[in-house]
Amino acid sequence: MNADRRRLLQMLACTLPVPALGQGFAGLGSDADGFAIPQPDPSFRFPADHGAHPEFRIEWWYVTAILDGADGRQYGIQWTLFRSALAPEDRAGWDSPQIWFAHAGLTTPERHFVGETLARGGIGQAGVRTDPFEAWIDDWSMVSRARPGADAFSALDLRANGPDFAYTLALDAEGPLVFQGQNGFSLKSATGQASYYYAQPFYRVTGQLDLPDGPIDVTGQAWLDREWSSQPLEANQTGWDWFSLHLDGGEKLMAFRLRDDGPGYAQANWITADGENSHIGDGAVTFTPLGWTDIDGRRVPTEWRLQIPARGLDIATQPLNPHAWMGTQLAYWEGPISFSGSHSGRGYLEMTGYD
Amino acid sequence: MLLVVEDVEKSWPGASGPVPVLRGVSLSLDAGETAALTGESGSGKSTLLTLIATLDRPDAGRILFGGTDITGLTDPEAAALRRNRIGLVFQQFNLIPSLSVAQNLSFHARLAGRHDPDWTDTLAERLGLSPHLTKYPEQLSGGQQQRVAIGRTLALRPDLVLADEPTGNLDEATGDAVLDLMLALTAETSAALLMVTHSTRLAARLGQRHHLHSGRLEA
Amino acid sequence: MIWRMGLLALLSYWRRHPGQAVTLVLGLALATALWTGVQAINAEARASYDRAADALEQTTRPSLVPSAGDRVALEDYVTLRRAGWQVSPVIEGNLSAGDTRYSLIGLEPLTAPAVPRGAGTGAEGLSAFFGPPGQLLAHPDTIAALAGDTDLPPRVASPDLAPGTLVGDIGVVAGMLGMGDALSSLTVLTGQPRDDAALAELTPDLHWQPPREGTDIGGLTRSFHLNLTAFGLLSFAVGLFIVHGAVGLAFEQRRGLFRTLRALGLTARVLALLLAAEMLLVAMLAAGVGIALGYVIAAALLPDVAATLRGLYGVPVAGAIALRPEWWLSGLAIALLGTGVATAQYVWQLARSRARATAIPRAWARASEGALRRQAVLAGAILLAAPLIGLLGSGLAAGFSLLGAFLLGAALALPPALAGLLALFERRAKTPLTEWLWADCRLQLPGLSLALMALLLAVAANIGVSTMVGSFRTTFTGWLDQRLAAELYLNLGEDARAAELRPLLDATAEAVLPISAVDADLAGAPGRLYGQPDHATFRDNWPLLAAGPEVWPRLSTGEGVLINEQLAYGADVAPGDTVTVDGTALPVLGIYSDYGNPRPQAIMGLEPFLTRLPDAPRHRFALRVPPETVPEVMAELQAAGIRPDQMTDQAALKQVSLQVFERTFAVTTALNILTLSVAALAILTSLLTLAALRLPQIAPVWAIGLTRARLGALELVRAGLLALFTVILALPVGLVLAWVLLAIVNVEAFGWRLPMHLFPADWAAICTLAVLAALVAAAWPARRIATRPPAELLRRFADER
Ligand SMILES: Nc1ncnc2c1ncn2[C@@H]1O[C@H](COP(=O)(O)OP(=O)(O)OP(=O)(O)O)[C@@H](O)[C@H]1O
Ligand SMILES: [Mg+2]
Repeated sequence: MNADRRRLLQMLACTLPVPALGQGFAGLGSDADGFAIPQPDPSFRFPADHGAHPEFRIEWWYVTAILDGADGRQYGIQWTLFRSALAPEDRAGWDSPQIWFAHAGLTTPERHFVGETLARGGIGQAGVRTDPFEAWIDDWSMVSRARPGADAFSALDLRANGPDFAYTLALDAEGPLVFQGQNGFSLKSATGQASYYYAQPFYRVTGQLDLPDGPIDVTGQAWLDREWSSQPLEANQTGWDWFSLHLDGGEKLMAFRLRDDGPGYAQANWITADGENSHIGDGAVTFTPLGWTDIDGRRVPTEWRLQIPARGLDIATQPLNPHAWMGTQLAYWEGPISFSGSHSGRGYLEMTGYD
Repeated sequence: MLLVVEDVEKSWPGASGPVPVLRGVSLSLDAGETAALTGESGSGKSTLLTLIATLDRPDAGRILFGGTDITGLTDPEAAALRRNRIGLVFQQFNLIPSLSVAQNLSFHARLAGRHDPDWTDTLAERLGLSPHLTKYPEQLSGGQQQRVAIGRTLALRPDLVLADEPTGNLDEATGDAVLDLMLALTAETSAALLMVTHSTRLAARLGQRHHLHSGRLEA
Repeated sequence: MIWRMGLLALLSYWRRHPGQAVTLVLGLALATALWTGVQAINAEARASYDRAADALEQTTRPSLVPSAGDRVALEDYVTLRRAGWQVSPVIEGNLSAGDTRYSLIGLEPLTAPAVPRGAGTGAEGLSAFFGPPGQLLAHPDTIAALAGDTDLPPRVASPDLAPGTLVGDIGVVAGMLGMGDALSSLTVLTGQPRDDAALAELTPDLHWQPPREGTDIGGLTRSFHLNLTAFGLLSFAVGLFIVHGAVGLAFEQRRGLFRTLRALGLTARVLALLLAAEMLLVAMLAAGVGIALGYVIAAALLPDVAATLRGLYGVPVAGAIALRPEWWLSGLAIALLGTGVATAQYVWQLARSRARATAIPRAWARASEGALRRQAVLAGAILLAAPLIGLLGSGLAAGFSLLGAFLLGAALALPPALAGLLALFERRAKTPLTEWLWADCRLQLPGLSLALMALLLAVAANIGVSTMVGSFRTTFTGWLDQRLAAELYLNLGEDARAAELRPLLDATAEAVLPISAVDADLAGAPGRLYGQPDHATFRDNWPLLAAGPEVWPRLSTGEGVLINEQLAYGADVAPGDTVTVDGTALPVLGIYSDYGNPRPQAIMGLEPFLTRLPDAPRHRFALRVPPETVPEVMAELQAAGIRPDQMTDQAALKQVSLQVFERTFAVTTALNILTLSVAALAILTSLLTLAALRLPQIAPVWAIGLTRARLGALELVRAGLLALFTVILALPVGLVLAWVLLAIVNVEAFGWRLPMHLFPADWAAICTLAVLAALVAAAWPARRIATRPPAELLRRFADER
């Protein structure tokens, strides 16, 4: 019977913007029915756009953090709240077509902890409120403690847990919001599939991890992504490799490549330490896998070479834990990495479509 | 006349129509008289005996027993006749396997309602069966079984004893002894005896001698 | 070449004796059919339970339920989830369509521990499930029953659900039931620890309820399946006997043919192989027919079985038999196995025998006294060991082992017992004919003993099971009379509503007796605690099995509790002892019978109960009214807004129970007749097998002066006598069987002991039926003897055979 529940949830997963599962699924590759479609040159309004956009099919609030423990070891966490709509609207109560679910990950050099939860919209079990800002599902939450007048995302409290772990972190931004792609319009294919996409990559983090061996105080850096869309994928796209990098010099680099039957489609944004943002289009970034990890029969490229000649960037990445597999209903690889070469630093890597 | 057989005919079904076995057989036997019936194997001796014993019916002809025609008797009438007046000793399978020798010996007489325990004991004694009374037929030799059959028949004190090669299974000496006994005992009970035998030597000791050949009797 | 010729010769025998061929195949087929039929019914019922129990996975989980009323606020669910509690909301209700009530369950698929299969996949599937209009998942039978109902959301077949249950999205079901934002309960998911303090703080209106009462469907219905299992085991045994008989017949009757074939140059080995091949063919054919017949039997009986289970235990069972490998394969297995076992013996004999010996009849003649004595000793040992198993072992397995050992011992003891009996009669016999009759009976015994053992088992099981079912019915209906002493029972759902209607009730009824109940921990196990007013209705009728002094006055003043038999057995207490109720030790004042309920239960006086539990629900009442005015009163109450489903009319309830029992009896009777027929067929085939051997045993008697008609009649008398003796011996065996079922197996399985009632009329009927069956079976062989041409009998005296 549990297998059947799994099946049902998998069908849910099919509605999510994860390329591997989107592949071949009617409704994703095709035109959105009734759902709004991202348009170029967006103008965002805050705090409203920090909240949910039910007229779009998919949306997420996505935080990754690279952490140093008081024990001298490195850690990483992930916190993601997904929204998936069955219809481009919201209604109160059980009638709501909005579905929420969330993933939490906690990676140590040896282990990788995963938590997952799902909720129906409309009844208050999960949702996002803008003023004061709070995103929540069950007892997981991302709550703003921004000063009055400041951007809601400038200071956040983050908490989540899984069967054998929990974390509570305080995030304080030391830079502005960053609009990915072209001013927040992020192309995902040559034919124009796109999403709205902005980020806050300048968080300084303090907090505590609860692990089976006991609590550990941590500090580090975090990165928040906000993205929403209705049709992010082309039919031939099979997955993506997505990097968010904190360079030692204070710069931030977001780079992703959507894999397809051809050379793929790559995009990047280079953000200087003071928040100056430049877009790097397809063809200017190269992704080369250097090493693979076998994870339960899947061959996952966990070491990469990343090159952006225009920026003089040529780095090789190493995972903190090559087995950072998110064995959730929809499964993917997501974990902290470090890199060296022309530049060095740490960041997060997410790879989908290797399931 | 105790027994009169007149022009009796009998056929058995064969592969290509009826095969005549008896083609007009006649003989007569008075009370106390003895007769031997000889003939080669398959000539119809046993068949004739069964007709007289009312175990089967002739196709034609009459059989008179004590003056009445017994060929037309109903099943119950025929059974009553056998039960009360005719003693039978077959070539084999004479005995009732579920009963002991003693029970077999007295069975017929008791069935007819004239069981004489002393007489039965005498018979058992003289037939040499006394040591075997509590045994069951399957525990006896062929000769012993034949002697039980003879004893059973004589215990009844029937009017007519029909014996089908009663000594066929016995060695010559025993056969002679059994025959002596039979002759003596039939004489004592003044029963008539019709006996089938292959042995001309034995046949010679009986009053009448008939030879069955090609379905007819030859003297 | 020789193979082909040999096989052709063997098979041509059947062409010339179609009657025998039919007997052989039919015998095998019937044995297979009975076994298969019972297996099919059991399999279907079991599958239904599994569905009912598993489909929602709620039955095995604790839940959070309202302390008062029957609604859980949606906010409470959200509060708990937001506090990290792993719970999933559930809405339950009833749906009436036509005159059938369905249970309607709403699940929240994202959090539910399990969702029945059947919903579509992908976002479209989920959208369709959520609606509008949503979907209802149901068993195909239920879908068929609801076909054409356009008011309901579209139905989707789910193989996981039991008939009579509809499952939909919680939003859809909430709409159908008009529940608004309310929920029925929260299912607690795996990994959620019990924390009553935290629960009380978060949602004071909810309390933790251990896995639900009455949901251990398997346990509840085992009682009924004891019936079927007993019949299944029995039919297996009887089936083996009959197969043995049928195969024996096929071999005995062809001894002449075997001899001829051997003479023609077939080696014993080839002949044996040919025969094995032939029997395999026959077994396959018979298995096919038998499985088809079994399906027919099962299909014919299942509706009654389903009705019984639904009526007695509220367990929905599908009304149609599905072709499940577990039963048709078992049918095939018994046909092959039975034929194999029976054939092996003959084939082995053949393969070893010399050509000449092939024709000599088997040494079936007289049973060796020694063998019989050994069998008697073995039977005695097993019979002695049986109670030991019962004493040493425990649990259901021991109960069944005891039964098995007892039946085996009884069956083995039958031939020696019969032999002794016959010898006794033989010694007592006055006339030569009776002497011969008894002696010949004894002679036939070895050849018939298998069939007679089958008859013994059939009759014993029939008596045992009918005594058990009869006792159950008598006890249960008597108990209903006691427990449902009031004419009318009301469950008004809400305390407020009850308070509002109370004046009306007082005005309408002669007496209004409030009843209240809460879940409670009884001697460490989850149970239910009742508050019962002090009233003659209860004092005069309550079915007390044991009571201390002054039960009722002491109960009303709160000096102790009454407990049900289950609790008494479980906690091993008697009146005068104490039992813990939610942690408080209270004296046991008395013990009452409580059939049909697997859980512990206790009763307190209403006053002390309410003092102790002021929040207990107060919306159930027993009403005393003159019996003839019940319909009137019900109409009156309905006019006042009480729904019919909130009222239970005692007379109607009893009638339903009785109908249920009638259907149970229909099933039992049908199986009775079937097993007896199979046993009768075993007798028939045995007698036919023996017929060839009978001639040399009968012919001398015929020659000495008995008519064939008389001999035939005696043959019939003999079969009748053997059957009669067997049946008489079966009677005590059946009664012991019933006693074990009622007093041991029942207690092990359900915690209550049913008093044994005796039904001599039933015994008489079963015994008569059994003897009649034996006579019918013996009639044909007897007639064959009566009409045998003299020539055939004569040949006995000449043949060398
Ligand atoms: N019941 C019967 N059905 C058919 N044919 C039979 C039957 N009884 C005997 N016959 C045939 O009738 C013929 C005479 O048989 P019968 O037994 O009378 O011979 P017999 O003279 O007694 O031989 P034997 O000396 O060998 O005993 C034989 O050819 C036999 O095959
Ligand atoms: Mg002869």
